Order: sequence, then structure tokens, then C-alpha cells
Amino acid sequence: MSEMADQNATDGAPAKVTRRRFIMGVIAGGAVVGAASYRFLAPGSHVPAPSGSGGERLISLNVNGKVRRVDVMKQETLAWTLRYKLGLTGTKLGCDRAECGSCTVLIDDVPRYSCSVLTHTVRAGKIVTIEGLAAPDGTLHPVQKAVVDEQGFQCAFCMSGFIMSAVAFLKKNPNPTREEMAHGLSGNLCRCQDYSKILDAMMRGAEYTRRA
Amino acid sequence: MAVIRDVMPAFDLLQPGSVAEAAKLLDQYREDAWVMAGGMDSLDWLKDRIKKPKVLVDLSGIDELKGIRQTSKGLEIGSMTTLTEIAEHPLVRKDFGLLAEAVSLVASPQIRNQATIGGNVSQDARCWYYRAGWPCYRAGGNICYADTPVGRNREHAIFGAERCVAVNPSDSAPALIVLDAEFIIRSSTDHRGVTAEDYFIGPKTDITRMHSLRPGELLTAIRIPYTWAGTKFYFEKVRDRNVWDFPLMNVASAMELTGGNIQRIRLAVNAVAARPMRLGNVEAAVRGKPANAATGEMAGKMAVQGAIPLQFNAYKIPLMRNLVKRAIVGASPRQAENALARDPGVQEAAWTS
Repeated sequence: MSEMADQNATDGAPAKVTRRRFIMGVIAGGAVVGAASYRFLAPGSHVPAPSGSGGERLISLNVNGKVRRVDVMKQETLAWTLRYKLGLTGTKLGCDRAECGSCTVLIDDVPRYSCSVLTHTVRAGKIVTIEGLAAPDGTLHPVQKAVVDEQGFQCAFCMSGFIMSAVAFLKKNPNPTREEMAHGLSGNLCRCQDYSKILDAMMRGAEYTRRA
Repeated sequence: MAVIRDVMPAFDLLQPGSVAEAAKLLDQYREDAWVMAGGMDSLDWLKDRIKKPKVLVDLSGIDELKGIRQTSKGLEIGSMTTLTEIAEHPLVRKDFGLLAEAVSLVASPQIRNQATIGGNVSQDARCWYYRAGWPCYRAGGNICYADTPVGRNREHAIFGAERCVAVNPSDSAPALIVLDAEFIIRSSTDHRGVTAEDYFIGPKTDITRMHSLRPGELLTAIRIPYTWAGTKFYFEKVRDRNVWDFPLMNVASAMELTGGNIQRIRLAVNAVAARPMRLGNVEAAVRGKPANAATGEMAGKMAVQGAIPLQFNAYKIPLMRNLVKRAIVGASPRQAENALARDPGVQEAAWTS
């Protein structure tokens, strides 16, 4: 979504580099160097890098329908890889402890906390993040459209996690009651306590998805 | 807790493709190795830098540990089967609704999608002093921080405290005990089965772990016999929030009635002691009696005999009395999972009467 917007912005004014695009460029460019230096940056990383470890660090990851080569540390979580190696910062890191749900992504259509998945354990999986929901032409996913229409979130830090959970839940239960929807989204927290409006938006999302 | 401190310290990640290969790796690396199932327990330890294994053995690539199979004697559930899979499986729902109910009440949807049954029964204590890395008895020290006049011990044990007052946090454990499940354990050289009851151990046996897996051993499957299939089940979990939370207490029962009288029964309660408690004496006392309020009342009183509350958990005694009563009478439907549909009166009554 935002990538698309940035694409348009830079296409329109080639000389101008947006802030976001600049940051993303730095992330992409620094990935390999960064990966090597995290070990030394991490406070309290007293365990020396094990030598002779089995398995490659350079892996192919299927994210949002594209296979991307990425250098992944053994101890790296999927949220970390997505955000800091692949520049997919739509996935948020809230608690980093499988509590808040803002890092929710779909792995083989199953919603999981990407902060609590080691990237190497899902090499074979198909990963979908919030950036992969919209159609290639930029048309929003029905749930995204409903969030815009209902203005479902306040600060929206938790939004991408909620949307991913809702999208997965609607695949299992396309016609939920409000209670069922609340239960389906119970693995996501909103610190703005905006649950009522979020549920309004997600119920609208269910309606749009059924119509789509 | 819950502070992001950059990435975890480095470890080597080994991903065996078979149980034999995994067992060999555990032999090879011994105390340097850490076994990870779904990772919902493991990653907290690693992120907090409290456990620092050199080698992480990830079981998620072992297909022989996944899935639910029907045998002539019952169901066999691979230890790496996720809780969602168990909760939704038609055979589990048909014959062992108790287990389906128990695992569907664990944590949140995303956690159930990743957490495994093997991990759920083998997870470590959730006492926050211990989880925060305080050098308590369980961590190899010589003090219990929870069992002091100012210790925060609202969630802790009322039975069987022995230096450590942490409780077993599993929801599936009491259901598996009630269903008389057998846990299949393998190592590179051995193969054994233990009853669900014996799988869980208290601090008297070994204060540093909650299960009876020895170093180098793996829990590979859980077998549930048809012994209790089709009987009357009851499961209830009480927690502060209606999702995500660990149990303040849970209760599971399976009961066969003839003409309103209890023909046979199994009853277990968790989060009251370091291991889930099967209430054998209560089972014996109610056998042959009608499954009514008077019997439930008697069972509840009997169940809490010998309970020793800590500073902040005396509420667990009436809570347990009422849960055991309900497990026998079955009168009160389980609390609605959904917070919106929840009647706060039910919980209030249980805590105070």
C-alpha cells in the first residue's frame, strides 16, 4: 500500500527522494553489513557465534507472492526479517513477546505472531504481510477498505495486526456474528481501547469480503 | 519483562527431519541443547537472556510428530500437533470434547495456531519471579521470592508447596489426566510410556522441571484410550481476562452416570499445585452417589482439605470448592468465552460463597 504510494510519488518527481524511500533504501543497502554487525551491537550477546553450524544463512523467502533472497541469522525472528531486512515495515513490533498481536502475519494462511517465529523455521512457508493484501493495481483488500470507510482505528499502530487476523478469520468464518468476530480477533490488543470501532470496521470488512 | 532488547544472542539452530535424528542431536549436545516445539515458551526465555543455550533443536520440521491418528484403542496425537488442529479435529471433538474444549481455551488464536500439545504439557512454570530470572529455588538458588510476606503470589499454589510455590499452568494437562492419556517418550536408546498423571512432577521429585522427561528424551505422542469416550465431560477455566491469560484455576471431569448415580468418575484440577492434581479421594467418595448439589457440595469440601493458602491466594480455596462442585453437578454452563456475552455474576458467586 505505502510502497505503491511512494512509487507514485517518486515517479511523479524523479528528482525528489521521499523520506520513507530514503530510509527504505538505507535499510536495503545496509542489510548485509547490518546483519553481520548485529551480533556485536546486541547488548549481552555473550554467546559466541557457533562455528560449523548446519544450514545456510542466505535463504529464499516467499513474501507476498515474491521469492526474495535474504541473509537471516539463526536467532532472527520473522518480524525482524520482514521489517529490517526486507523493509516491510507495515508489520509492527509491539511487545515482542506474543502478547499484543501487532506483528501478526499470515504463514500459509494461518495468522501467527511474527515476533515469535524464527525465520528459519518458516523457510518453506508462504508469508503474507499487510503490504501483500492490496491487489497489484493498488485496489485495497475489502477489510482495508472497510477500515478506511469506518475510520476504525485511532493511532493505528495495532492496525496491520488486526487486519491480518481479520482476513484470516474471515477465510474460516465468512459470516461471523459480532461476538464471533471479537473472539477471532482476541489475539490482538489495542492500547487506544478502540475495540468497539475496530469491531465496527471489521464487521463492515466481513460484509465487503462477502460481496467481493 | 517484555522489553525489546534487540535480537536474541546467537545460537545454532538445528532442524532435524526425524525423531531419530533429533534424539541423536540431543545426545551429542546434551546440556548445551534446548528443545523447541512451538516456541511460545522457549522464545521468552531466550529473548530475556535467562536461558542461553548454545544449540536450539527445532522440532517443527519433523512430520512424524504431527497429526492425529486413529488406532484400535483410541487416538494418537503427535506431540507437535498444534492446539488449533486439536480443537478443530472432528475425531477429537466427537469422542474427547473435553480435550477440544481445554485446548480451545488456551491463550489467543495466534498462539493456538503455533503452540503444540507437547509444548503445552511440557511448558515451564509461569511464576514471574522465576520467569524474570530471579535466582529462586527453581532456578537453582535458595529462596522463594513468591512465598514471602510481601511476595506477589495471587496465582500461586495452595497444595504441595515444597520450597517452590509455582503452579503448573497447562490447560490440557487436567483434561489429559482425566482421559487417562499415555505419554510416549523416546530417546536415542529407549522408548517408554508414562501415564499423564506421572508425566507431571512436583518440586519434591525435581524442583527444576515440571515434567518427567530426562535429558536426551523427547515427548513424541499422546495416546488417548477410548476408556472415557462418550462420557459426560466438564471443563472450566477461570482467569482474569477471558482470553490470553493462564488459568487461575481449571477443572476437568469425566463421569458416567447410571440412573442419575455416578458409576465412575475422574476429576483433575490444575493451577493449584506444581503438578496438576487428580482428586482420587474425591472420585472414590462420590462413586455410587447421585450427581446432585449435595454430592457436589461434599466433593468440593473434600477437595480443599489440606489446602494451605499463601498471603494473596486464599480465594483459591472457595474457587476450587466451587469448581469441583460444578464439575460434578455440571449445572452451570461453562462461562461464555466471549467477554461481551459474559455474566459477571457467575464468577463473583464462585469466588465469594
